[in-house]
Amino acid sequence: MSASPEVNRQQAALVRGTLEYVAPVPGAPKPDPIFIGDTINRSFGGLVAVDVSHLEVQRGSITALIGPNGAGKTTFFNVVTGFDPPNSGTWSFEGRPLAGKPAYRVARDGMVRTFQLTKVLSKLTVLENMRLGAQGQRGEGLFTALVPGLWRRQEQENTDRAIAMLEKFNLIHVKDEFAGALSGGQRKLLEMARAMMANPTMLMLDEPMAGVNPALTQSLLEHIKELREEGITIFFVEHDMDMVRDISDWVIVMAQGTVIAEGPPAHVMRDPVVIDAYLGAHHDAALTETGESLTKKADA
Amino acid sequence: MDWLSIFQNSFTQMVGVAAVVYCLAALGVNIQFGYAGLLNFGQAGFAAIGAYAVAVLVVTVGWPLWLAIICGVIGSILFGLILGVPTLRLRADYLAIVTIAAAEIIRQVARSVTLNDYLGGSDGISGKYAADWYALNPFEGIDFFVLRFSKNDLWVVLNGWALVAIIALLTWLLMRSPWGRVLKSIREDEDAVRSLGKNVYLYKMQALVLGGVIGSLAGVIFAMAAQSVQPDNYATTLTFYVYVIVILGGAARVFGPIIGSMIFWFLLVFISELLNNAVRAGYISSDILSTDQIGQVRFMLVGIGLMLLMIFRPQGIFGDKKELALDER
Ligand SMILES: Nc1ncnc2c1ncn2[C@@H]1O[C@H](COP(=O)(O)OP(=O)(O)OP(=O)(O)O)[C@@H](O)[C@H]1O
Ligand SMILES: [Mg+2]
Repeated sequence: MSASPEVNRQQAALVRGTLEYVAPVPGAPKPDPIFIGDTINRSFGGLVAVDVSHLEVQRGSITALIGPNGAGKTTFFNVVTGFDPPNSGTWSFEGRPLAGKPAYRVARDGMVRTFQLTKVLSKLTVLENMRLGAQGQRGEGLFTALVPGLWRRQEQENTDRAIAMLEKFNLIHVKDEFAGALSGGQRKLLEMARAMMANPTMLMLDEPMAGVNPALTQSLLEHIKELREEGITIFFVEHDMDMVRDISDWVIVMAQGTVIAEGPPAHVMRDPVVIDAYLGAHHDAALTETGESLTKKADA
Repeated sequence: MDWLSIFQNSFTQMVGVAAVVYCLAALGVNIQFGYAGLLNFGQAGFAAIGAYAVAVLVVTVGWPLWLAIICGVIGSILFGLILGVPTLRLRADYLAIVTIAAAEIIRQVARSVTLNDYLGGSDGISGKYAADWYALNPFEGIDFFVLRFSKNDLWVVLNGWALVAIIALLTWLLMRSPWGRVLKSIREDEDAVRSLGKNVYLYKMQALVLGGVIGSLAGVIFAMAAQSVQPDNYATTLTFYVYVIVILGGAARVFGPIIGSMIFWFLLVFISELLNNAVRAGYISSDILSTDQIGQVRFMLVGIGLMLLMIFRPQGIFGDKKELALDER
């Protein structure tokens, strides 16, 4: 992020504007893709969890990945971030091929993810969790660690950054608590804040709002939009359709492992294929309502 | 009852050669198991490598002691790498299985008849390992109140505890650094650490090797103190006592292994001295307990003591109860 915030903001707006001209079809090519995946397949025994033939994510956009339970969204995240080896497939990030790279290298390349089942480090304090996220720490080498003079200043800078971030995420009052003592929603927030400490180019969030209280959701949505203004690409999985409608520039819909639809939120939620996928996958009444609310929201 | 002798023996052993050796081995395990969560059940193997390097290279080959010690350290680094390469990418239990087997292999090789000429079989190797080093000793032995050491033992113990202090200091420095933070995080959740761009495999390898090197130094001191090595001193029981010590003192605490080792050896000696005296003085009828059974009974009693500790203070002596409670959520 060498350009000034103002230039970034303009760029981000420009990039989003160009999405208007992208055809809303599965696998649609984007004008400036930061992530490109091809023929990614992951099967568990006989079950094909992911089978994506082509998927692109626009640089600087907020892109949502939605789909019914078991659609393969989490598995897709796991595969492309190097946590789960696929049966086949190639994918690249900022033009660099990533397939086969270990998870830590993917993160270093700027693709940082969070987990659906939060992974906070319970016996570390909230602040220590945050510090862990910082990249390029001199004190993380076995020998340099022994000489505090080499890393103390950097540690202080990281701490300052962590504290600023905790303030944004409403966690500053628990900064010295063990992370294991946080509530479920607070853990989600901590995980997201910690991922931000790693200075991602693309932030991948797996259900960031699950369990976060509605009052906080609103301010978090603002933070996420701010991140976009800073030029960070956001790629997130979410079941909360309000959130998806509110913040995403583009929505990709998965069902049974494949991409079945793509497009701007309003378009996608009106798409009969999408509604079918949500209804078809579940025949019980509760989820039928979800399907109806999908249509209603699209009409509204 | 000869209370003076009971306390004399107990307190002397509390800071004695065995306490030093087990403390060193435990300092290594504390880095592996306490901080990084690695189940290395082969610490006896690392110690054996240090001990045999000194014994073979000094007595048989005739190299100077310092060179032999360096070779022992290098040997333990290689041993750690060999164990770590295939297992550290796998689940934690694989390391446990591989290390316990590898340590037994080392012991069996050391006592094998085929290699009798080089490693001395089950009798091991005795000889003048460290004559020059003992010659440096400016002190006489001491016999002061409850502490009683011979000249040589005093020299071993002084140097040994100094080494313990240096390693504890290094551990303390490491664990308050960002490196230590990564290690403690790996113990909690490897995937979280990976997702933040840290090479988990490398850190686990460093922890395994570092702990193993410290374990090999335990063997070096053991060999230098006894002026002999016997393969059966490096059986799995050594590893298990070391784990007892780590848990007793409180895992992932810098002073845990030190206090743990002292308490362990104090209790072991105190109980057997007490029972011995009681039987001999007739307080315990020899129908119930004969003196040659005491060796076993003391371990039973220590075992009961440990059970009580785990019930009433599961975090160990130095551990943090609050931290332990987090597991139950
Ligand atoms: N480790 C695994 N072993 C076997 N099957 C798995 C595994 N992980 C996922 N699956 C299967 O793959 C499919 C996709 O799962 P995934 O977790 O990716 O769904 P999802 O879209 O994230 O769903 P949700 O919205 O409920 O989180 C499911 O049918 C699931 O049962
Ligand atoms: Mg999921």
